Amino acid sequence: MITELLQYHLFVNALWAAVFAGIACGIIGTYIVSNRIVFLSGGITHSSFGGIGVGYYLGINPILGAAIFSVLSALGIEFFSKKGEVRYDSMIGIWWSLGMAIGIIFIYLTPGYAPNLMTYLFGSILTVSTTDLIFMAVLTVIIILFFIFFYHTILFISFDESYARVFGLPVDAMKNILISLVALTIVINIKVVGIILLISLLTIPQAIANHFTSTFEKMIYYSTLTAFVGLFSGLLFSYYLDIPSGASIIFALVVLLGLVKLAFYLIFNVFNLNIQRSENN
Amino acid sequence: MAEKILELDSVTAGYNGKVVIRDVNMEIFSEDFIGVVGPNGGGKTTLLRVILGTLRPMKGKVKYYSVQEKGNIKRIGYLPQLNMIDRKFPISAMEVVLSGMMSKNGFLKRYSRRDKELASQMMEKMGIAHLKDKTIGELSGGQMQRVFLCRAIISSPKLLILDEPNTFVDNKFEGELYEHLRELNKTMAIILVSHDIGTITTYVKTIACVNREFHYHRSNVITEKQLSAYNCPIQLITHGDMPHTVLKKHDHR
Repeated sequence: MITELLQYHLFVNALWAAVFAGIACGIIGTYIVSNRIVFLSGGITHSSFGGIGVGYYLGINPILGAAIFSVLSALGIEFFSKKGEVRYDSMIGIWWSLGMAIGIIFIYLTPGYAPNLMTYLFGSILTVSTTDLIFMAVLTVIIILFFIFFYHTILFISFDESYARVFGLPVDAMKNILISLVALTIVINIKVVGIILLISLLTIPQAIANHFTSTFEKMIYYSTLTAFVGLFSGLLFSYYLDIPSGASIIFALVVLLGLVKLAFYLIFNVFNLNIQRSENN
Repeated sequence: MAEKILELDSVTAGYNGKVVIRDVNMEIFSEDFIGVVGPNGGGKTTLLRVILGTLRPMKGKVKYYSVQEKGNIKRIGYLPQLNMIDRKFPISAMEVVLSGMMSKNGFLKRYSRRDKELASQMMEKMGIAHLKDKTIGELSGGQMQRVFLCRAIISSPKLLILDEPNTFVDNKFEGELYEHLRELNKTMAIILVSHDIGTITTYVKTIACVNREFHYHRSNVITEKQLSAYNCPIQLITHGDMPHTVLKKHDHR
């Protein structure tokens, strides 16, 4: 039955999207979770909606608008919370809703009907175009190379930023590049699961992976695999049950997390097996 | 011969326009073992951050001599306070130790096989070789301090800075730590911050007191007379030949 599905152009595109999204979310999500910047990532995700609204209004590709908005808001939150008197998490909350507000205003101002608006909010992996796929592929390759090349530096800066500064490592430059990569990863995944649901694609795979390992590198591998499994099974659910793909992907991931938790509970509490396991959250 | 490795020249520092330490003059030489004492909030950490170069002084200058190499790379080893560390962070003990090599390698070079061998030897020496692949969250306070000490000294720095290394640590490790430090002091200068002045005075060569103002005694024996002159919150107790020093409750003007 899957071979039959593979004959559809849309399904093949969706499958490739799942591969790229899985890798990007596996790597970037691990960075987000280890650095405890989930809330910041949520803020960046939602503020990108401003770019989508502006994109509609100006008649350019909304995803391009979202890319510009999300990178600017990522760097803006860092910059302004350092300069100003506003607390870091309040600053995130402000940018979060400001972006959404800008998006709503511009969509309202755009004459006529805003097509595909729901796609950006709730995602639709089956509408991923070949152009989208090229963007995803390029960004995924950039992320992979960046993490291979700077793996130890990224790990060090994330773990102990102040010591990295003592060594004279370019901490601020690295952090700015990384948060921009986070923003771009968010943008390429908007079509996959949508703005509203995106943050779980960057956190649930890591929560699952954390049951099996607690080193950064392995967490990347395991969460990439888990993200792909979630995306793929969500896609199948969506197809056979005829439900929106974004929601079914997130649901598949949560079910997977529940199953893993249940399995661990049974193994350690009911069967009382004494297997050494990594500490989980 | 002891050479001068670092100098603070009338440094005033603080945060957001508020001065924490004022007009500090200090010279550090290659064979120094300095104990830094003072009450909480007195500016011990601020002083360390100035020396480490992570806090720019508001006034005055920090001059780095042989601790600074070409570029911005400083040959300083640092052991942070344990409560500054995210214990849930997914990193193994070995990875933590290896990251200390970055002060030598810079951020572009990957770890070589020699780096890894060096890290293993280091951990062997500290008795934590068996914990290599454990994540830091799985380690006890003492084990974690050993890991961080390995990280601080793996690049054989010219200056080692320890921030409250005796908190969260069992007595056994504390004694062991001081013996390690005595050994390390043969090849590097050491600055040890502690509020437990009683123990450290037996190990350090000189004592500096930070309580807003900075007093540096180039001796580890402090007399009551000196104390009153320096206005330090310290009291002396002598037990046999060993001078012990105890913090005294103290109102600073």
